[in-house]
Amino acid sequence: MLAAHLHPLAASLFSLLAIASLLLAFVMLGSRWLKDYLVAFGLQSWLIAILSAAVGYYGGYHELYLIAIFTALFRGLILPLLILRIIHRLNVDRELHERLSPSSSLVVGALLVLFAFVVSTHLGDALGLAGTVAVLALTVMLSMKLIGFLMLVVRGEVLSQILGLLVLENGIFLGSQILVPGMPLLIELVILFDLLVVVACFGVLVRYLVTHAGTSSTYGLRRLVG
Amino acid sequence: MDPNIHLIAVLVALILLAPLVTVALCLALRRPRICEYINLAAAIVVFAAVVRLLPLALATSHTFLNGYLIVDSLGVWVLLSVATVYLLASLYAIGYMRSMQEDSRLHRFYALFAGFALTTLTGPLMNNIGVYWIAIELTTLVSTFLVCFELGRESIEAAWKYIVVVSGGISLALLGIIFFYWGGSLRLGSTYDLTWSALRAVAPNMNPTIALAAFLLVLIGFGTKVGLAPMHTWLPDAHSEGPAPVSAMLSGALLNTAMIGIARFIQVSDAAHLGLLPRIVVVAIGALSLLIAALFITRQMGIKRLMAYSSVEHMGVMALGFGFGGPLGIAGALYHMLSHSLNKSLMFFGAGNAMQVFQTKRISRIHQVLSRMPVSGLLWLAGAVAITGAPPFGLFLSEVTILRAGLLGPNAWAVFVMLLLLIVIFVGFLNHFRAMYFGAALSPDTLPEVEDPLSTQRRLSAWCVVPMWLALVPLLLLGLWWPGAFSHYFAAIAAQLAGGAGP
Repeated sequence: MLAAHLHPLAASLFSLLAIASLLLAFVMLGSRWLKDYLVAFGLQSWLIAILSAAVGYYGGYHELYLIAIFTALFRGLILPLLILRIIHRLNVDRELHERLSPSSSLVVGALLVLFAFVVSTHLGDALGLAGTVAVLALTVMLSMKLIGFLMLVVRGEVLSQILGLLVLENGIFLGSQILVPGMPLLIELVILFDLLVVVACFGVLVRYLVTHAGTSSTYGLRRLVG
Repeated sequence: MDPNIHLIAVLVALILLAPLVTVALCLALRRPRICEYINLAAAIVVFAAVVRLLPLALATSHTFLNGYLIVDSLGVWVLLSVATVYLLASLYAIGYMRSMQEDSRLHRFYALFAGFALTTLTGPLMNNIGVYWIAIELTTLVSTFLVCFELGRESIEAAWKYIVVVSGGISLALLGIIFFYWGGSLRLGSTYDLTWSALRAVAPNMNPTIALAAFLLVLIGFGTKVGLAPMHTWLPDAHSEGPAPVSAMLSGALLNTAMIGIARFIQVSDAAHLGLLPRIVVVAIGALSLLIAALFITRQMGIKRLMAYSSVEHMGVMALGFGFGGPLGIAGALYHMLSHSLNKSLMFFGAGNAMQVFQTKRISRIHQVLSRMPVSGLLWLAGAVAITGAPPFGLFLSEVTILRAGLLGPNAWAVFVMLLLLIVIFVGFLNHFRAMYFGAALSPDTLPEVEDPLSTQRRLSAWCVVPMWLALVPLLLLGLWWPGAFSHYFAAIAAQLAGGAGP
């Protein structure tokens, strides 16, 4: 596989991009402001686009250039713009009642990364890939997954939840670029498109939520129990 | 070359195009009465096509469109249960949605409804695992807007929880699929089509650690969509807040399409020789679903939530059937699938009728059902007896089959857990019906304004009662007589699913 025998320069470039994306996930965890989330998400998407292009260049997968362009366009531009529209409609610009303060979330996030690292090292050892960039990619992928779930759990604003889901997706996408760069083009494109539809649906639902339920925080949604 | 291949292609095209055309026509015409009948016509076409397809899919599986579409016996069996529920729910929707007096938005309802049927029918036909995942994701997106169609505060809350929990859960399944792809790519080279058969073929050579991790991830991911505990939290909300025909589709059709994903991945895990662990996890999750359902059914206050937890129960039973495996377990689970689809449609229709008559979802406000709705009340009561697994209905036969399958395998402990919990559910579920049917009448001041029974009768139109007959009669037949043709069919599916090797 690609990650096992890479040029050292390529390996360090991939690592740099992956770690920078992970750091941006932490930026989201450490902030209360919705606009910060959005900027961090947009930047993360651009980094992933660069990563796709780099993998395409060093691995010889030319269709990844196309993926890179679509990633930058969809995830880096259209999605943030769609979400920005939702923010303007909401009149909310920060998390008011998070269940866990940003600083505590950072600590929990760090623990989750540790857990992801242990799991990936274990998987990497089983596959004889210890010490390669594949282990790092796995770590970042699982960490972003867990951080996304953490955001879903501790943040109540509907927008934080949408972005939490998008971080989950970004994590998978980032990992798949390094681990399975040869994935058929069609599948990747459909998944990208699917994401756009998801966010559009969320946009409509947020509008319903504000007009008919009168809240933009999921903490108001506690009628259905039992 | 199979001489039937053209016929199969035409039938599959009919199955997928009929709902698609319905969506387009409903959005274009915007007439509520016309949309009703177009949707009903599409449902009839789909049902007829699936019934015709059933014998054709028995012998071998066929692929179309460069291997993206597969028609195999397992997929067509699920299509049968989906098409049945779609037909029944389309009939019922005509009566139920008219009573809601939302005519101005009704064309949108039918467009979404047909779109939901389309995505649900697409799932079992997908051969590429990535595309299957997308089909399942699309079912969520479309049905979200059906769940919140009434635009009440509760229904929007339910829709929000539904889309967030299921999207989050199913993204784990995507991770698992990527792991499977990765494991396969170490053998097959970096670019290949991840079809069910390709994955099964490469599974024996896959690294077991990665195969196990991938299997657990897809089990959790698709398990969220199936509503297996502890990932079931969205299910009672979504099923109780949507309009009754939508609840029937969610419960009777949608859950099954995600369930066959799990059945197919169990087959992959068998082929990968992962030992007993995968099946133990499936069985344990199934048993846990039964436990959670038993607890919440006993103390339930809402009539539709009662039905929703019963869905959690039956998905648990099906997971047990697939988890026990073997020809007997698979046959039991598949028989259970069809019977549950019929039965749960019947139950949601009855609940919808009761909500129309009593204007409430609370069990404690529903009383003396037989005096207010004699015919559909009796049908509903028969359905309640059937859904708890009592003879002489279909679910009794399938549950006994699954119990027998469990005793043959290594997870016999689960049989006793299942038996005990089924008894608890039987008592708990029917106790609510006892209170609703034979309990003392409420004191007059707590009664909703008394209407003369004739007007109530008039309000429950035939559209709301006929589908209940259409569900109950086959259910009774399935309980009295296990058709020999079905046995052949299940044997074919079991042979196909055991294509890899035993556990």
